[in-house]
Amino acid sequence: MDALNMDNALGEYLPVLIFLILSFVIGCLFVFVNFIAARHNPDPAKNSPYECGFDEFGDSRMKFDVRFYLVTLLFIIFDLEVVFLFPWAITFGSLGLFGYLSMMAFLGVLTIGFIYEWKKGALEWQ
Amino acid sequence: MNIFLPILPEISIFISAIFLLLLGLFIKNIKLIINLAVVTLILAIVFVIYQPIGTAFNNSLVNDEFSKVIKILILLGSLASIIMYHSSRKDLNIDLYEFPILILLATIGMLVMASANDLIAIFIGLELQSLTLYVLASLNRNHLASSEAGLKYFLLGALSSGLLLFGLSYIYGFTGNTNLNLISTTVAPGNIGLIIGIVFVTSGLAFKVSAVPFHMWTPDVYEGAPTPVTAFFAMAPKVAAIAVAVRFLIVGFSDVAFEWQQIIIFLSIASMVFAAFAAIAQTNIKRLMAYSSIGHVGYALIGLACGTEQGISSIVIYLSIYLVMNIGVFSFILSMKYKGEHYENISDLSGLYKNHPYYSVIITVFMFSLAGIPPLAGFFGKFYIFIAAIESNLMLLAIIGILASVVGAFYYLRIIKVIYFDEEKHSFDGFNHKSLHLLIHPSAFLIILFCLYPLPLINIANYAANAFY
Repeated sequence: MDALNMDNALGEYLPVLIFLILSFVIGCLFVFVNFIAARHNPDPAKNSPYECGFDEFGDSRMKFDVRFYLVTLLFIIFDLEVVFLFPWAITFGSLGLFGYLSMMAFLGVLTIGFIYEWKKGALEWQ
Repeated sequence: MNIFLPILPEISIFISAIFLLLLGLFIKNIKLIINLAVVTLILAIVFVIYQPIGTAFNNSLVNDEFSKVIKILILLGSLASIIMYHSSRKDLNIDLYEFPILILLATIGMLVMASANDLIAIFIGLELQSLTLYVLASLNRNHLASSEAGLKYFLLGALSSGLLLFGLSYIYGFTGNTNLNLISTTVAPGNIGLIIGIVFVTSGLAFKVSAVPFHMWTPDVYEGAPTPVTAFFAMAPKVAAIAVAVRFLIVGFSDVAFEWQQIIIFLSIASMVFAAFAAIAQTNIKRLMAYSSIGHVGYALIGLACGTEQGISSIVIYLSIYLVMNIGVFSFILSMKYKGEHYENISDLSGLYKNHPYYSVIITVFMFSLAGIPPLAGFFGKFYIFIAAIESNLMLLAIIGILASVVGAFYYLRIIKVIYFDEEKHSFDGFNHKSLHLLIHPSAFLIILFCLYPLPLINIANYAANAFY
């Protein structure tokens, strides 16, 4: 009885297993096909992992620009805002006025944060 | 909108903080923002006092007698640190209007901690408070020590939050509830998973209150952070974290008290003894106060180890007196300046008595009180703690506490010796600052006169402890 249940429980995960194997195979395939089929014409800009930014495998004592991180952090805030907006938008019909006001309060706080960072000059590169 | 009434103090502080953030962008008047922040905190104290007792958000937040008293202590600590900031913002190179706003935001987190009755509410309150404190520690970012303090506090604080969260997940996994009242109904002795959870959560909270062996960040952070921030660290967050520990252990796990009691006893003994010996070698007065605060947390934890109504009441008495003493000592440290330069070494106090006899007497009062010498308030704080320990048959804890306070008296007395008997060195002009007078004199007054009229505080503490029994 227990063994049977165990089998059933694992059986439910079969699609996940297939998905894992498939994604692994496809992922490897893309890399190798690229390796074999693509034209090789390297130059320093192409070989560097990022076209802009700084070399990540260098001396750890080198100077780097903090502004990259600043932009990333500012981006994350609004990225997360969208993450919260999605479930809210889907269930919007059943949330009612309270749900609407809660999200508006949240967006209002974020907007004030946005005004703050704008006025402080965090969005300007120089 | 009735559901918001139980969190009216938090909401009012939040709205004020957001409004001040906008206001500060357009009006370059830091003094106005400080004043408005002070008004907000006073208003919040009034709201807390008149708040009805009850629960909110499906019992995840509780407004009971204990949380009310703790909230008032937290708000007083925040208020005092904003006033201290005002007195020294120009000299310490932290003349930023964000400071009072950050204090307000941290205060919201601590108020949530004080009434959190749910694992998730505990974590949210703790993180809201911690994230703001990391920023506050590194507020003077052009100063190497301040940046270092912020980074150290952030790394160790994040680690401790991880430990805490891991423990909370164990507790949720083994009880199936996040609400402390519901958890207490499913708690049974001998459940290993639950004990692992309690141990991890207690370690995380011990980090936040800086109890030995989780104290390593405290001296560096206290020394590096700007002095008003250090004062804030020593006052409000400690009170809030001890309140969380009390509610978590007493409400959730009083049925398995013998399991966590030994952890608290160990933390308490280790903190008292370590702080007493480690503080002897210190030369910086802020570092000394860091060790002093480690020791005082050790004494407060004795009350928690008792787990009795008397124990909780003695914690409230101890924390109130500790708060008042810290307000006094840190205002004094901020007064140690001459022509805009702040002095932080104990040797700078040398011969203070010749130039400032009045303030020498006041700092003597604070130091005697911290050491626990009668008839000052600090003695009574320790007295009630030890009485509670003896009544709960924790005789060993009381004896070690008394012995540690004898050792601890040495480093407090050394400051007094330096002030009265050493060669004259500096004359300070910081004693003329009006806003510091607002803090030094009332706290000295309260410490001296507590012995004449201790009843109000004892009644308040008993009222607070009533919430759990």
